[in-house]
Amino acid sequence: MKIALLSDIHANRQALDACLTHARAHGTEQFALLGDLVGYGGEPVAVVEQVRDLAQQGALCVLGNHDAMALAPPANPRNRSELGAQWTHDQLGNSHIAFLQSLPLTARLGSSALLVHASADMPAQWRYVEDSNAAERSMTAAQGIDPAIRYVFCGHVHEQVLYFLTPTAKLMRFAPEPGVPVPVPTHRQWLGIVGSVGQPRDGDARAMYALFDDTAKQITFYRVPYDHLAAAAAIRAAGLPGFYADRLEKGQ
Amino acid sequence: MKLLEPGTEIDGFRVVDCIHAGGMAHIYAVEYAQADRSPGFAMAMKIPRMTAGDGAENIVSFEVELQILPVLSGPHVPRFVAAGDLVRLPYLVMEYIPGQTLQHWLDAPGHCDIPTITRLGAATAHAAHSLHQQNVCHLDLKPANVLIKDDGTAVLLDFGLSCHAHYPDLLAEEMRQAVGSPAWIAPEQVVGVRGDPRSDIFAIGVMLYELATGELPFGAPTTSGGMRQRLWMTPAPPRKHRADIPPWLQEVILRCLEPEAASRYPSAAHLAFDLSNPEQVLVTERGERTERTPLRTHLRRWLRAAGMHYTPSPLPSQQIEDTPILMVAVPHADVTDATLYSLRQAVGRSLGIRPGARLACVTVVSPGASSTSDSERSETTLHRQHMARLRQWAQGLDLTGHAVSYHVLEASDVAQALVRYAASNHVSMMILGAATHGLQTQRFFATVPMRVARDAPCTVILVKQALPFEQLAQPTAD
Repeated sequence: MKIALLSDIHANRQALDACLTHARAHGTEQFALLGDLVGYGGEPVAVVEQVRDLAQQGALCVLGNHDAMALAPPANPRNRSELGAQWTHDQLGNSHIAFLQSLPLTARLGSSALLVHASADMPAQWRYVEDSNAAERSMTAAQGIDPAIRYVFCGHVHEQVLYFLTPTAKLMRFAPEPGVPVPVPTHRQWLGIVGSVGQPRDGDARAMYALFDDTAKQITFYRVPYDHLAAAAAIRAAGLPGFYADRLEKGQ
Repeated sequence: MKLLEPGTEIDGFRVVDCIHAGGMAHIYAVEYAQADRSPGFAMAMKIPRMTAGDGAENIVSFEVELQILPVLSGPHVPRFVAAGDLVRLPYLVMEYIPGQTLQHWLDAPGHCDIPTITRLGAATAHAAHSLHQQNVCHLDLKPANVLIKDDGTAVLLDFGLSCHAHYPDLLAEEMRQAVGSPAWIAPEQVVGVRGDPRSDIFAIGVMLYELATGELPFGAPTTSGGMRQRLWMTPAPPRKHRADIPPWLQEVILRCLEPEAASRYPSAAHLAFDLSNPEQVLVTERGERTERTPLRTHLRRWLRAAGMHYTPSPLPSQQIEDTPILMVAVPHADVTDATLYSLRQAVGRSLGIRPGARLACVTVVSPGASSTSDSERSETTLHRQHMARLRQWAQGLDLTGHAVSYHVLEASDVAQALVRYAASNHVSMMILGAATHGLQTQRFFATVPMRVARDAPCTVILVKQALPFEQLAQPTAD
């Protein structure tokens, strides 16, 4: 079965639409959303509703730090992100809030994979998996939940990386080439960071997601072009800081 | 590990016989257990030795082969059939290809003759290039892993130490201390660089040296110090071992064996090209020498090599792209100076943006043009005339840093000759005139440029002629 792994949508409806269309065209049978549905972007309601529909049809979804922040915006915002959380909170209706509140911190995809927004090592701390050591802590924590777990899929750091366990119990970092299916056999352990659908920051404006095939044991990381100018326009129309719109146009 | 008895069945395959019991794996001839089932070719099953006492690198290298073999294609690798689960029952079933490995020629008494060495080397280089085009470096080329089929083409075996540029390198960690076959391993592999296609070119150089002299250029070192020797040492020139080795062949071999990857052939296609065109090899002091490199040179290189360490390698396909073989079809009949000028301009521009490119200037002559009775029109005289014209044409080009060669092909079908030449020499780009080569007949037949553009296995640039020169001389109306 092919499972599309989408993370860090950040209220970017256009990017989500493009990735869903791309994933369906590539034979996706199941969707998994790895958190941060909202934050930064101009259309939180549309995105939450679309994800809620997917969830009703069987998609898995976990909570991200921006989702948590939108549920309980800080009373005294200290920065742009926290200020944005209040704006997002104000946009959402009761049903949207209820949906986000229902999301778990982790979810199991079959018996062999664990889904989490950031690190499986204390998920609510939203630790960044930025290097091999952090990946190792996340993988060890996942093994603590269930030794049968071979795959941890996450987002949060907005880049596409695949870590793999070597015989000397070290995790090695690998930068995947978009579009190339990479074999991920189950006798090793793998930690896949799927990148960000709605907030790419590596100078490439295209959306990111990954497609995991649990039969063929392969994962393919994709970059998908989408109407980023429309997404930027939506941010400006919502009256949010222009910085967020500029950023989408540059992919930075 | 115990040998499997003939008749043993594994996942629908029946063991016929053990073909090879090696240190790393056992190889069996197998067939489908189901009587009416056949893949249309003979099959071999490879089972890695994984019992206690066999090294962990055995398992990882089997895993690497399992990762890479299924995605390889083309005539230079065995076809993949099936694989067993690594944890339950590891095995690989692939096409069994009849033929002789290069070891066969090394084991034969006496030296190989020069044409045989050239032929085997070119076949191996073609096979390596096909692998590099798929973004894979073999990294363990040695006589036992190069199989020559009855048709003379080569098939590469054993991808256990290979590296796929787009896959996680499972051996990256282990390979920091070089694992491989000490006699053939390239200097950069000794210091842990994996994934440079020019490492394979080095290994082919070692095999050519062996075929030519019966000796290993760096021996078979057993210590890491012995392995590091190749970081700075130039081996004894083959001609010191065997006087009848032509300078051009020594030039080719020693260029493959240069300690620095950048000094070797930039791609296996360039190596195959030289082996297929001996008369066009530019022979330097490297090809002529019969004595070893002086000690002081080695000392200087040794000091430099002491600091050599891991650096990332270029993508194999990128390396090929960066150093293409360009081909220009230069017409010899019905052609204006303006056309020749435009062609030269186009070639100059293309070479200018590709610093490592080599250029093959090709002209096609009709087999009917020569005469056996008229000495003025004898085959060799005509050939020489055409060669001279090609050289003259190329004189206007800045060829600094570019290898260049000239070829007169004899064929009645010009387009077919050009396309075949491009295919057999891994040409990356062909440049030809848009309205030359068969101008008069274009109303009746598909023109040569159109057929070439359609059938060529590479990019084709059709050059339109500049303003005819006679018009340039006309006074402008004022």
